[in-house]
Amino acid sequence: MLRLERVSKRFDNGYLALQGVDLAARPGEILGIVGGSGCGKSTLLRLMCGLVPPTHGRVWFGGTPITGPRPEIGLVFQEPRLMPWLTVAENVQFGLHNLPRAERAARALQALERVGLRQFADALPRELSGGMAQRTAIARALVTRPSVLLLDEPFSALDALTRADLQSHLVDIWSDERPTMVLVTHDIDEALFLSDRIVVMRGRPGAIHAEFTIDLPRPRIRTSPQFQSWKERLLAALHAAINGEATAA
Amino acid sequence: MSANESIIEGVRPVAAAHQQPGPRLAALRGWLRAATGLVVPAVLAALWELAASFGWIPAKLLPPPSAVIDTIRALVASGDLWTHMLATLHRVAVGFGLGVVVATILGAVTGYASCVRRLLDPTIQGLRNIPSIAWVPLFILWFGIFETSKVLLIAVGAFFPVYLGLSSGIRDVDRKLVEVGRIYDLSAWALIRRILLPAALPAYVVGLRSGLGLAWMFVVAAEMMGASEGLGYLLVDGQMTSRPDVIIASIVMFAVLGKATDAILVRLGAGVLSWQDSFKPQG
Ligand SMILES: Nc1ncnc2c1ncn2[C@@H]1O[C@H](COP(=O)(O)OP(=O)(O)OP(=O)(O)O)[C@@H](O)[C@H]1O
Ligand SMILES: [Mg+2]
Repeated sequence: MLRLERVSKRFDNGYLALQGVDLAARPGEILGIVGGSGCGKSTLLRLMCGLVPPTHGRVWFGGTPITGPRPEIGLVFQEPRLMPWLTVAENVQFGLHNLPRAERAARALQALERVGLRQFADALPRELSGGMAQRTAIARALVTRPSVLLLDEPFSALDALTRADLQSHLVDIWSDERPTMVLVTHDIDEALFLSDRIVVMRGRPGAIHAEFTIDLPRPRIRTSPQFQSWKERLLAALHAAINGEATAA
Repeated sequence: MSANESIIEGVRPVAAAHQQPGPRLAALRGWLRAATGLVVPAVLAALWELAASFGWIPAKLLPPPSAVIDTIRALVASGDLWTHMLATLHRVAVGFGLGVVVATILGAVTGYASCVRRLLDPTIQGLRNIPSIAWVPLFILWFGIFETSKVLLIAVGAFFPVYLGLSSGIRDVDRKLVEVGRIYDLSAWALIRRILLPAALPAYVVGLRSGLGLAWMFVVAAEMMGASEGLGYLLVDGQMTSRPDVIIASIVMFAVLGKATDAILVRLGAGVLSWQDSFKPQG
């Protein structure tokens, strides 16, 4: 569905952020990406949605190479990035410009309901807490119902309870509509709770260190022994990636 | 997009009036606050009046406030004040309007398109550094001494701050917000209308205010270069007829009108920028 083919990214300042990345998100799966800070996870997502072009290699969406953003691919940024002059509801509707007004409003309210912010529909972003702003950003990405949804540490600004809540919500949405999701996170628990597959990245330059297919049945129970043993395997891989040891998948 | 949406997305004409205690009490407080600004002029006027009545300053050269007020009364009674005020206001309105329209178009285009900016901005910046009074002889040669050259001079004065405010305002828009627009695949026009213009609005309003200030400055220059009516004409007339009270009366009228039109812009700006999360010291 979404496929990176030997992708490298060198920034204008000469920094090589990603080197030779081969990665494919399969239709309808949740692909988790974990890795240390600064290893190139955000850059990877920005390449996947066509926000920045690769220096080498190609990004494919189905059979066509991606040359720029497209409506089928949604992205939740690492920061909320709300328009400060629009209300929460208007921010959520931001990507729905081709629909009639009533339909836009209805969808926005529905999405806000999902993230628990319905009563803040008419508030301005300056009246929101950091977590509420991020929930608004998630709602904004959900309303357009993209077939691929890229999420860059979407829950990292939230408290543990809201985070767990939204993670379950995300699984619900995913079960309903089966979009392909690529989830960047530094929270191994979160990756394990959500993902069908997890890719561990190493940095400098960013590359794929290891890949795991998570065979845990859904709904996943965080306290189950299988979950815990997966967690240990992943932590070991992450440590190895950060300390630059050889791949041990 | 439906027809009743405003041109710039999300810009509401009136600020939401929530979180205020009693409306009457708040209104009173607002008036008192505004009145604070009158304290200094009032004290100065009183001192001046006193100094004149003690004969410390020659009333022939610097007539006291009471004499100026009498002059303004007389001008009002004869209807002359309205004629002059309207003439000046009309010139400012047309010149400022013209300058703003051109500055808005050029500022938006150069702010948005780097190639146009590279092409035009150096020239505009070069022209900006010419003291605009230097245009006067040329404008008179080209357009005569009547309305056209006056209005154009005012337009030139108003143009630069508005252009600069909008152009740099657009260039300074947060790249992160622009990326949101790119993710949603906005067209160039939609990007301008939905992100760049609202985000650049604070800088634009500042530009408009300085532009209006310059328009008032230039209307004086324009009317002093030859006019048969207008507050600037009144200034020159006062000088010719050795009437310092008339000169001061028209200076006062300039101050009042300039302040009033600026206050209107501030009010409009505050309504449109009510979303800003800005540092406003309390009290
Ligand atoms: N525009 C840019 N120009 C130059 N270097 C950049 C740019 N953007 C990112 N980098 C560099 O690329 C590397 C990867 O950045 P990226 O934002 O992808 O990291 P990340 O894995 O998302 O980190 P984090 O978990 O902290 O968000 C970093 O070392 C960063 O300094
Ligand atoms: Mg990141």
